[in-house]
Amino acid sequence: MELSYTVAVLIIPVFMFLFLGIVGVKLSKKTAGILGTLAMGVTTVIAYAAAITYFFGTDQGQVVDGVRQQLTVLDLTWLEFTKNLVIKIGVLLDPISAMMLIVISTVSFMVHLYSLGYMDGERGFQRYYAFLSLFTFSMLGLVLATNIFQMYIFWELVGVSSYLLIGFYYTLPAAVSASKKAFIVTRFADLGFLVGILILSFYTDTFDFMSLTSDPQAAISTAGGATFLGCSVMTWALTLIFMGGAGKSAMFPLHIWLPDAMEGPTPVSALIHAATMVVAGVYLVARLFPLYAVDVTALEIITVVGAFTALYAAAVACVQSDIKRVLAFSTISQIAFMITALGVATPELHEGVGYMASMFHLFTHAMFKALLFLCAGAIIHAVHSNEMSAMGGLRKYMPICHIAFLIGCLAIAGIPPFAGFFSKDEILVAAYAKSPIWGVWLSVVAGMTAFYMFRLYYKIFWWNNPDYGHHTPHEAPMTMTFPLIFLGLVSIVAGFIPFGEFVSVGRADYSGFHIHVDPKVAISSVVIAVIGIVLATVMYRKENDIPERLANRFRGLWTAAYHRFYIDEIYQFITHKIIFARISKPIAWFDRRIIDGTMDLLANVTNSASFAVRRMQSGSIQTYVWFYLVGAVAVAVITILCLI
Amino acid sequence: MLGGLALCKNIKQVRAVATVGATALMALAIYLVIAFLNLRAAGNDAEMLFTEGALTWFEPLNIKLALGVDGISVVMIVLSAFIVFAGVFASWKMDPLPKEFFMWFCLLSTGVFGFFISIDMFTMFMFYEVALIPMYLLIGVWGSGNKMYSAMKLTLMLMGGSAFLMLGILGIYYHSAPEGGQLTMNILEIAQNDAVPHSWQYFLFPMTFVGFGVLGAMFPFHTWSPDGHASAPTAVSMLHAGVLMKLGGYGCFRIAIFLMPFAANELAWIFLTLTGISVVYGAFSACVQTDLKYINAYSSVSHCGMVLFAILMLNTTAMTGAVLQMLSHGLMTALFFALIGMIYGRTHTRDIRKMGGLMRIMPFLGVGYVIAGLASLGLPGLSGFVAEMTIFVGSFQHADMFHRVFTIVACCSIVITAVYILRVVGKLLFGAVQDEHHKTLTDAEWHERLSTITLILAVAAIGCFPNFFSSIITEAAEPIMKLFA
Repeated sequence: MELSYTVAVLIIPVFMFLFLGIVGVKLSKKTAGILGTLAMGVTTVIAYAAAITYFFGTDQGQVVDGVRQQLTVLDLTWLEFTKNLVIKIGVLLDPISAMMLIVISTVSFMVHLYSLGYMDGERGFQRYYAFLSLFTFSMLGLVLATNIFQMYIFWELVGVSSYLLIGFYYTLPAAVSASKKAFIVTRFADLGFLVGILILSFYTDTFDFMSLTSDPQAAISTAGGATFLGCSVMTWALTLIFMGGAGKSAMFPLHIWLPDAMEGPTPVSALIHAATMVVAGVYLVARLFPLYAVDVTALEIITVVGAFTALYAAAVACVQSDIKRVLAFSTISQIAFMITALGVATPELHEGVGYMASMFHLFTHAMFKALLFLCAGAIIHAVHSNEMSAMGGLRKYMPICHIAFLIGCLAIAGIPPFAGFFSKDEILVAAYAKSPIWGVWLSVVAGMTAFYMFRLYYKIFWWNNPDYGHHTPHEAPMTMTFPLIFLGLVSIVAGFIPFGEFVSVGRADYSGFHIHVDPKVAISSVVIAVIGIVLATVMYRKENDIPERLANRFRGLWTAAYHRFYIDEIYQFITHKIIFARISKPIAWFDRRIIDGTMDLLANVTNSASFAVRRMQSGSIQTYVWFYLVGAVAVAVITILCLI
Repeated sequence: MLGGLALCKNIKQVRAVATVGATALMALAIYLVIAFLNLRAAGNDAEMLFTEGALTWFEPLNIKLALGVDGISVVMIVLSAFIVFAGVFASWKMDPLPKEFFMWFCLLSTGVFGFFISIDMFTMFMFYEVALIPMYLLIGVWGSGNKMYSAMKLTLMLMGGSAFLMLGILGIYYHSAPEGGQLTMNILEIAQNDAVPHSWQYFLFPMTFVGFGVLGAMFPFHTWSPDGHASAPTAVSMLHAGVLMKLGGYGCFRIAIFLMPFAANELAWIFLTLTGISVVYGAFSACVQTDLKYINAYSSVSHCGMVLFAILMLNTTAMTGAVLQMLSHGLMTALFFALIGMIYGRTHTRDIRKMGGLMRIMPFLGVGYVIAGLASLGLPGLSGFVAEMTIFVGSFQHADMFHRVFTIVACCSIVITAVYILRVVGKLLFGAVQDEHHKTLTDAEWHERLSTITLILAVAAIGCFPNFFSSIITEAAEPIMKLFA
């Protein structure tokens, strides 16, 4: 098949990973970095070629009745469980996977390039590039998966690459515990994913996406109305699968790992924890969307979780002081937007706009959030701190970074004509179409987004002018500024992509969805965003005591938000006080004392019994005769008793 | 090989003979796989191959040295050969009495190989004992810590299991010819006739299952394992956890389930509960241990529990998963114990609280340990994932709700495993160096690297190309599991 070269996007990174992982130490840092970046460049070119051929090619039955078909480019059997339950490793091209190809390869390439400058002189530079390649491989494998089990496999692989990269500075205890936390929390979510897969495959007898989604009604009804604890088993399956997605996408209450994950190198945060891996959950739900569309209960759960997380994370982001934490909570909040959009996207409503909006926002968010993180990286590089208090007035020292960051902020706040405006607007349209409650809810969150982003912006680039001493901050090297400029440009223009032409619910009657800006929604959302920005300008443009006074006025709320509403403490309590102290320790004690004690007791009893019995073998004739007589009498008595 | 060792005078010769022997074993094992596959490809679909040439060695009781292999025993033999090979290199610097050590080590291997290829119950039992006894001496003489206690405990508990087993085997033997005629020990003949009366199966099945289950570290008969492993020298731990514990799982299905399918079906739920407890219980216990070997011993309880758990699901996929898990667990625990031995040899402690930051000091061992850990917590691309997923998918296909719910309980172990593995990796390898003296330690030597790399390659091979292994196993599991269809 013509598109079969797509498989190269998997092969090149995995080869690079093995190569750099095994012989990397012997290469010089420069060679390793350049090799890794070049390989990623080639991968990007191939990914673009594949996506463009897919979207604009017309032959080979790619488009039937105006709907782009799902193309299985490759499907190799990897492991056969039963005749039908087979794990295959393949490449599936459809609108959303082709779109993800572009997102991942672009951001990944930019991060590779950026890291040449950012990670310069770091110990373990080769290892860093090896892990980046591993991550790119796994992420691409995840989006190109042809079946849910392949997705699970790569899902675990991205999890482990994220673990390795968060813990990159492995001598720092904070990084080690953050990586551990990230892995275990997402592992817990993956348990749900796995059980969901098991349930789904038990009833439908297939892992394959195409057979699951081509006739969702039939797939759902294979369960034959079986229920478990009052809920239909399919709802269970879909909710549990969503739990996996919620873990990776850091939805409440499984979000706690993402802020800590910021301990990793900043380019990694940009790639994994802002643009690609964390949206895997959104992608998962989108991939199985036809099934979710049939199951209303599961969709409602998704909506509620998404909407709540959006508000929660935005509230926390307003008061954090570490710039990467602010961005992390902003990421959580934005992903929650996408999730909510999927939740409100019933195909019957407004041509299923939510689905398209979610994917659109995923696309634009990946670009501007990567931009923001890379800017943050450049800033941290310049002032050697993550804390806002160490910054201020940086616009004079870092003009390129300043402009790029401003573009990112405008995009995320939803100011036209920047990318975020268009995608967020579609989400709001979808939410209002479902119910005004969700619409208002998300509008408020959008306003908060504008506020906390501009708070961040002013705190970094305006506010006061701290004394930087001998160490004047300066603009980053070219390898770092180029990605900023590139992503900045993308963030300006991406909104004008006629996204609906490319991605839609994928049914013949809905194809060719046109983006139309709904004036009511658009104007109100811009007004709200502007209010947020103005508020931030008043409070943070110049050094003043308004924030301080406000914080004092609402001390309780402020402290709670600053401590992220104590969710981490609750987890800490559950894991340490309950699981370790109340389950593991007693089990270990029980094992040593009771079970093993019983065995030792048996041995001791045997031992002492034999000591006791040993005395009978005294060797003295008198004793033996004595025993003999007693025995004989006993036998005689028993015999007589029996006879009577 | 034993003979060769007996003649050796100094350590160099001992090493040479051991190396040659282990390599020859590996070559033979691989040759066996090729020959086996060729025969299968040629259309020979008998259950067991290479069955010709049974040697009657105890005429009056009709006990024969009957040999034969199917897909399952073939892969187990390959596993054993790999571990023996790696074990030889891991104990390269064995001191004192290297000659005697390697002699006992070989005797142990003989028992293991003999066990896997026997299809006569008595011969099988004999090899089983041959594999157990050297353990006592190996731990008692070359062990560390409270070695006499551990050696005694291990041997006695396993002997206790053997007693049950002996009873079970004799019971089966006396019922092996229901219509009169010659009593037999041959597994295939008994299975063909479905000879054992159902009422007796109720009694004999638990006997044999528990007998083998002790060796398979089934809850509550697992306590020999932590102490035993902690005191055993490196290579013995490797062989013990890697291969010997697999004798339990293998025996459970080859004798208990294969010969008594009726009772297996009826009583499976009892043992399913016990093994399900093993899986989660072992994992939880491992979370709070501080000695590296204890952690891995409890992790073995959990993983081996998974083997028995899957066997009891009585379907082909789960059975395949069980065998894959035996392979996978065998290789990765051997890898773990090898690495722990190497680390202990340098730091002279196994307490994770006293170590830290070893990654920077000994990167090779550190990376090896991380890979072993990732295999253990089920990273795709390494063997653990393949085995566990086959077990979960297979078990979940069971028509009974009880079995499916229990499968979910067992699934929870993937999270707990992640907890204890990452806890150890974090404390042991990452962070700051705890002990100043550790800064001067060296990384692995060539023989240690060879041993580690062999095992890592094997783990990765199963993880990357699982279908090759699983198809061999499935083929062998199918005829057995037909009994339950």
